[in-house]
Amino acid sequence: MEEQTAPRQDRQAWMGLLAKAGQGQAAQLLDAAVTRPAFTWLRPPELGSVMVRGRASGTGAPFNLGEMTVTRCALRLDCGTVGHAYIQGRNKADAEAAAITDALMQTEQASAVREQVLNPLEQARSAAKGSRAAKAAATKVDFFTLVRGDD
Amino acid sequence: MYVAVKGGEQAIENAHTWLAEERRGDVTVPELSVAQIREQMALAVNRVMAEGSLFDPDLAALAIKQSRGDLIEAIFLIRAYRTTLPRFGVSAPIDTETMACDRRISATFKDVPGGQILGPTFDYTHRLIDFKLAADGEVDAVPERPADHTTMPRVADFLNREGLIEEAPQVDTEPRDLTREPLEMPADRALRLQALARADEGFTLSLAYSTQRGYARNHAFVGELRIGTVDVQMDIPELGFAIDIGEITVTECESVNQFTGSKTEPPQFTRGYGLVFGQTERKAISMALVDRAMRWEELGEDNVGAPVQDAEFVLYHADNIQATGFLEHIKLPHYVDFQSELELVRKLRRDVHRAQSQEAAE
Repeated sequence: MEEQTAPRQDRQAWMGLLAKAGQGQAAQLLDAAVTRPAFTWLRPPELGSVMVRGRASGTGAPFNLGEMTVTRCALRLDCGTVGHAYIQGRNKADAEAAAITDALMQTEQASAVREQVLNPLEQARSAAKGSRAAKAAATKVDFFTLVRGDD
Repeated sequence: MYVAVKGGEQAIENAHTWLAEERRGDVTVPELSVAQIREQMALAVNRVMAEGSLFDPDLAALAIKQSRGDLIEAIFLIRAYRTTLPRFGVSAPIDTETMACDRRISATFKDVPGGQILGPTFDYTHRLIDFKLAADGEVDAVPERPADHTTMPRVADFLNREGLIEEAPQVDTEPRDLTREPLEMPADRALRLQALARADEGFTLSLAYSTQRGYARNHAFVGELRIGTVDVQMDIPELGFAIDIGEITVTECESVNQFTGSKTEPPQFTRGYGLVFGQTERKAISMALVDRAMRWEELGEDNVGAPVQDAEFVLYHADNIQATGFLEHIKLPHYVDFQSELELVRKLRRDVHRAQSQEAAE
């Protein structure tokens, strides 16, 4: 088994972030950050599905829950760097932006892309999640005892 | 004699043109956008995703628009679209313990760690029509409170500690997939759960209700109900590692059922499981009850002949697309079938008439 190296975990994290980004978000940030590099398609954007699995009782045997839509693509920059994308939903332009971002993150432009594309995506995501969690927390029931009967 | 006929092309075309006009309705009323349906008819969208068995809120919203709000027709559209998609792979089983919960309640343990989180629920509303909604769309600011738990432990784990509830040990058998092979009996639990997750909500609800009323009664409590988002992770072969490919909303229900023991099992609590795409709690609770009832054989319970215990009956009638496909086809032209029936009935009548005349003559 291959070791879980830090660079790999880093790449897993940004690819996951790009997969879950809202429609058009990554493309907009990418275009504001850099001029898109020239590339050739290794696999042009393609729509498909992934069968999502669950486990019986949450922890038991796996079962097929249902599918979700996914768009994927792969490309190679002129410098030879390969970028991949698997993103949720049906959006070829978003998949392209995600794959370019993935490729650029493996070049010397990585720090600029991280700062101007990935960090804002991460912030938007954690703000949205934080807000939902805070609203949920406000609906938490505080029980109090009215009368404790002894008979 | 039967003469082959064809025709109706123009009538069909005109009918569909009229359908499009009726779908749009009064043009002085603004048209609905797909985004409006996705955002404001979210529970309809969730049902279409669950029973269409495809998580894609925009697509489900579009299907609802196209079907004029007929959800079974929308589910039909989603199922048909799904078959056009190449399958990239299967995900790792989602980990619902890590769910970012909008809602999480237990009807069995008041002081469950993580607390009772009501979320955006219809529960405790008075079910009075709110005429204010007809007037404006203003909403109040939603109160917030610092969230203290990032993950919620499973309620079943507390009972597990005393050994009072059956365990659900992790196994990694490859589940059968009814979208890839015909649904054949006997169906193991994994296959039943897949069928139930996409089963018609009304049918599942009625079956669950029948168990509550006494047909294969198993006295269910909602041990835990949670609604929220989970990441979906998949191995990417060309990369050699797994990544998150998205995030979905699901509803999970774990029922806890009284069980007095059987030939093979000690007295303990048993479990039923519901897991459904979207915020779909009526369906998830129903699924858990039906799942539990169908486990009678495995738990050594008696078959009392209740409909819900008959896996073949349940699974072959739970899919509303199969059901409506067969049901609605009988309104399509059956002129040939009917003509032969007509001939048969005429002949039978002639025979009866002849016999009666003969009897009268004798």
